[in-house]
Amino acid sequence: MRGYRTLILAGAIAAWTGAAAAETTLHIGLAEDPDILDPTLARTFVGRIVFAGFCDKLFDIAPDLKLVPQLATEYKWSPDNKALTLTLRQGVKFQDGTPFNAEAAKFSLDRHLTMKGSNRKNEISAVAKVEVVDDHTIKLDLSEPFAPLIAQLTDRAGMMVSPKAAKELGDKFGTHPVCAGPYKFAERVAQDHITLERFADYWDKANVHLDKVEYRIIPDSTVRLANLRSGQLDLIERVAATDVAGIKQDKSLKLASIVSLAYQGITINVNNGPLSKNPLGQDARVRKALELSIDRDAINQVVFNGEFLPGNQWVSPENPYYAKSVPIPKRDIAKAKELLKEAGQPNPSFTLMLPVGPENEQVSQVIQSMAKEAGFDIKLQATEFARSLDLSEQGQMQAFDIGWSGRTDPDGNIYALISCKGTLNDGHYCNETVDKELNLARTTSDPAERLKHYTAVAEQLAKDDPIIYLYHRKWIYAFSPKVTGFVPVPDGLIRVKGVSFK
Amino acid sequence: MAAITLDRTTTEPAETKPWRRALGRLVKRRGAMVGLFVVLFFIAVAILAPLISPYDPVATNWGLVRKPPSAAHWFGTDEIGRDVLARVSWGARASLLAGVVSVCISLACGVPIGLVSGYVGGFLDGLLMRITDAMLACPFLILAIALAAFLGPNLTNAMIAIGISAMPAFIRLTRAQVLNAKVEDYVEAARAVGNPHLRIVLRHILPNIVAPIMVQATLAIAAAIIAEASLSFLGLGQQPPAPSWGSMLNTAKNFLSQAPWMAVWPGLAIFCVVLAFNLLGDGLRDALDPRHRA
Amino acid sequence: MLAYLLRRLALIVPTLFFVSVIIFGLQQLLPGDPALAMAGEERDPQVIAFIRHKYHLDQPLPVRYGLWVAGVLHGDLGESIRINRPVLDLILEKLPVTAELAGLAMCFALLIGIPAGVLSAVKNGTVWDYGANVFALWGLSTPNFWLGFLMILLFSVQLGLLPASGFVSPFEDLRQNLGAMIMPAFVLGNAIAAVMMRHTRSAMLQVMSTDYIRTARAKGLVERIVVLKHGLRNALVPVVTLGALEFGQLLSGAVLTEQVFTIPGFGKLIVDAVFNRDYAVVQGVVLFTATAYIVLNLLADIAYFLVNPRLRA
Repeated sequence: MRGYRTLILAGAIAAWTGAAAAETTLHIGLAEDPDILDPTLARTFVGRIVFAGFCDKLFDIAPDLKLVPQLATEYKWSPDNKALTLTLRQGVKFQDGTPFNAEAAKFSLDRHLTMKGSNRKNEISAVAKVEVVDDHTIKLDLSEPFAPLIAQLTDRAGMMVSPKAAKELGDKFGTHPVCAGPYKFAERVAQDHITLERFADYWDKANVHLDKVEYRIIPDSTVRLANLRSGQLDLIERVAATDVAGIKQDKSLKLASIVSLAYQGITINVNNGPLSKNPLGQDARVRKALELSIDRDAINQVVFNGEFLPGNQWVSPENPYYAKSVPIPKRDIAKAKELLKEAGQPNPSFTLMLPVGPENEQVSQVIQSMAKEAGFDIKLQATEFARSLDLSEQGQMQAFDIGWSGRTDPDGNIYALISCKGTLNDGHYCNETVDKELNLARTTSDPAERLKHYTAVAEQLAKDDPIIYLYHRKWIYAFSPKVTGFVPVPDGLIRVKGVSFK
Repeated sequence: MAAITLDRTTTEPAETKPWRRALGRLVKRRGAMVGLFVVLFFIAVAILAPLISPYDPVATNWGLVRKPPSAAHWFGTDEIGRDVLARVSWGARASLLAGVVSVCISLACGVPIGLVSGYVGGFLDGLLMRITDAMLACPFLILAIALAAFLGPNLTNAMIAIGISAMPAFIRLTRAQVLNAKVEDYVEAARAVGNPHLRIVLRHILPNIVAPIMVQATLAIAAAIIAEASLSFLGLGQQPPAPSWGSMLNTAKNFLSQAPWMAVWPGLAIFCVVLAFNLLGDGLRDALDPRHRA
Repeated sequence: MLAYLLRRLALIVPTLFFVSVIIFGLQQLLPGDPALAMAGEERDPQVIAFIRHKYHLDQPLPVRYGLWVAGVLHGDLGESIRINRPVLDLILEKLPVTAELAGLAMCFALLIGIPAGVLSAVKNGTVWDYGANVFALWGLSTPNFWLGFLMILLFSVQLGLLPASGFVSPFEDLRQNLGAMIMPAFVLGNAIAAVMMRHTRSAMLQVMSTDYIRTARAKGLVERIVVLKHGLRNALVPVVTLGALEFGQLLSGAVLTEQVFTIPGFGKLIVDAVFNRDYAVVQGVVLFTATAYIVLNLLADIAYFLVNPRLRA
């Protein structure tokens, strides 16, 4: 209703002012409807795509996963790794005119840390205190060394909100968010579209080339593509891998893709309640046999036309933290059968739960028929997503085909999911070595040192197979040739800054 | 007029049994016969699926992913290299089963409630009717979606959800028929003789209202098959790898431009079966109730 | 008349009560914790506890029902857990969209259904009658999501004539709006057209056999005038009142049509809400549609009652 009224109004104004200069609007097709647009409360991946348009962060990441400055220009760890000093960019304004300074940065971080229902609290819980050093310097005091912190600041936890707007709107801030990004929030019609407008006072306005950005929500990938072809959209995200070949032949479309930070895998219930008491849950040899019966390349070829990247760890083989000493095992049915025989379980049977959805269903059916050749009898149990998470947490599953959307820092892809006390460790896997190495990797910011710890983890996990990692999806985008300056980044977000029309 | 029962015989040709007369009229209706034929055809396909289908409906073939129709695979292959013809023929089982079982659920629950409501009347009737109205006021598919999501996605639960959602129509129909029949002479007579209520309802009222309920049931099977397809399409029906027409369409929608045949055949199958049940139901109605057709 | 009306009105209250009980009960029985569904993949226990508390999910069922009903009686349908917006806002935002879709679908249904019904009744028993009946069966037997696919396949993917989706407000660009709505409206109207055709046909057959039509014919009026002026005008009343009862069918159909064509209306709102366990939204939308259905039913009944003096006895 409100949308209609604004539109009538906008129409009236446009008519009144006469032939205004042609507006440039970038139409982006999104696969899902974001949840609340408050960086502190937000939960969904797709929400982050929209945030990237209007909410700048302290740091950003480049396609090679290197850190780049955004609202913070420099950072410095204290020698004991327990304090992080950030130098803030000067001359930055929020979209309501409020200046961005150390006080505002402290406000935003405190909001993430203390607001009721904050989804960020866990991500930066190591921060004990935020101190204002001077007008453009803040210092984060940590309760213990936490190397992934800096990566967290490249995501929602690093988003800065206008203190004035946040105080005024409270927990309704998400209905009209005010940040310091290149475009500002203008309108949202749930399940339909979100519109952003150019922010005239943006600190880097030389790189803002469009008047408006409109995100349209179109869940069906075929329909998204059809709308791109018909010119209703300029850029679409999450193109189906099976559409890639067709797009490549189409001269009127362009394609961009990058390996994501996400992984897909089979989480196995090894110790969560009575359902873990089966050969698969109890015997690592059976799990290894399952892994050996799966041909990851074939899954990739059959289901994804070879567009994705097979993987066997929580980060992709292209990631700097991938443990090279643990390569992807080749499919080996003979070895799998041998392991099953050794375990005294020539025909183990188990139920594989999967969230309802064509992609999961295809992958699971392929796995089912692959594993059958080694002697496995897999029953598939497609379950609604919300219900499957519930069941998984309660241990009401034997194996669960589930993905993780991925975090910039490798810690975010593994710690909560596999450490003994991890909040997302639904299989209740617990191993001392793994825990020790994961904790050590958190204490150092030296990449070479961290890789050593993660390699130790990968080696242990390869023995135990609590999660059989399968593949890493690629973020695939298709866009009209008139769009220039679009660069895909592994986090899957669409950076509209720098995008222009030819 | 006496109660109509199948064992009652009459020697006078002028007064042939109404059932036989109805059957005679039904046979003369070409549409109904075509419908009956198609329904029987699909029932045969469903039963004989293991014998007639050229391939195993769940056998995958990595080398034959999304291949268009060919001599070896008449209907083409699907997203993981299964034969679409085989899956369509096996899918007939899920669809027909869903249609028949969910209508049986509706009948088994709806007819007794309608009988009681109509015969007993009074407060109980008022209460049951308000609940029925309430169920009718919630759009059918939304009720079915909510129920199916509540029970968990699988074929059995989808059938229960559809059966319950379609029940109010049967309650209403039965009740209306009972109200009409209640005031007929033969019921009054049966009551006057001192028959117990249960006997009156089962022996005297029920046989006289079977015809309209049967018509409604046949048409409801058609609607239930579409409903099952709709739920499967939303991911709340038949689960993989077992085939159902609705879930095949659900997968096919992702490959509309690359593999349109995946969407064409299951949809066509649904269309044919539903059309057949509709034809049959229409024919039955015309045959059983000559007044309907002016 | 007044007594009848009052009695009908009084019956709405218990019906709505049962609607609220059914939909609330069903919702709350849905397995899967809404807080967990909302908490995202991080599933932070603190966030889950916060959501449970904020939306009273930690209260016993009767208390939650009481809170909800109390809110509803004050015109507050609650808040969407997913996007923290009042449900009433969402309903008002989606209402024009679904209303437009339903309205256009009804136009299709009437434009196709009534002429086909008249034709079939007037030419009873001819090839025209046969054709119209075949059309009606086609309409009743086509799953509308499948028809939607076929149309997208033909008009969007193959021919590139119409957009596969993308709702545009009619106030923004009427041409684009109609371009995006024409396929879904046709798909949705198709089934209703079949029902309308059947209603029209039987109403016309009845009217055409009455005495005054015979009188009109006897007066030597042109057949076209007899059919349209005397016949159709009288047949339209039951057709339109029966048409109002197709509202529920229209909404059920809209659920799938909106899903296929990605139209941001009621149907999409509720399906997404069921899958996201966004209780307040499901409850609010169903309550709203049920009320609308009951009111439409009542109006149709009253209209029928008014034009049918025999029923007043």
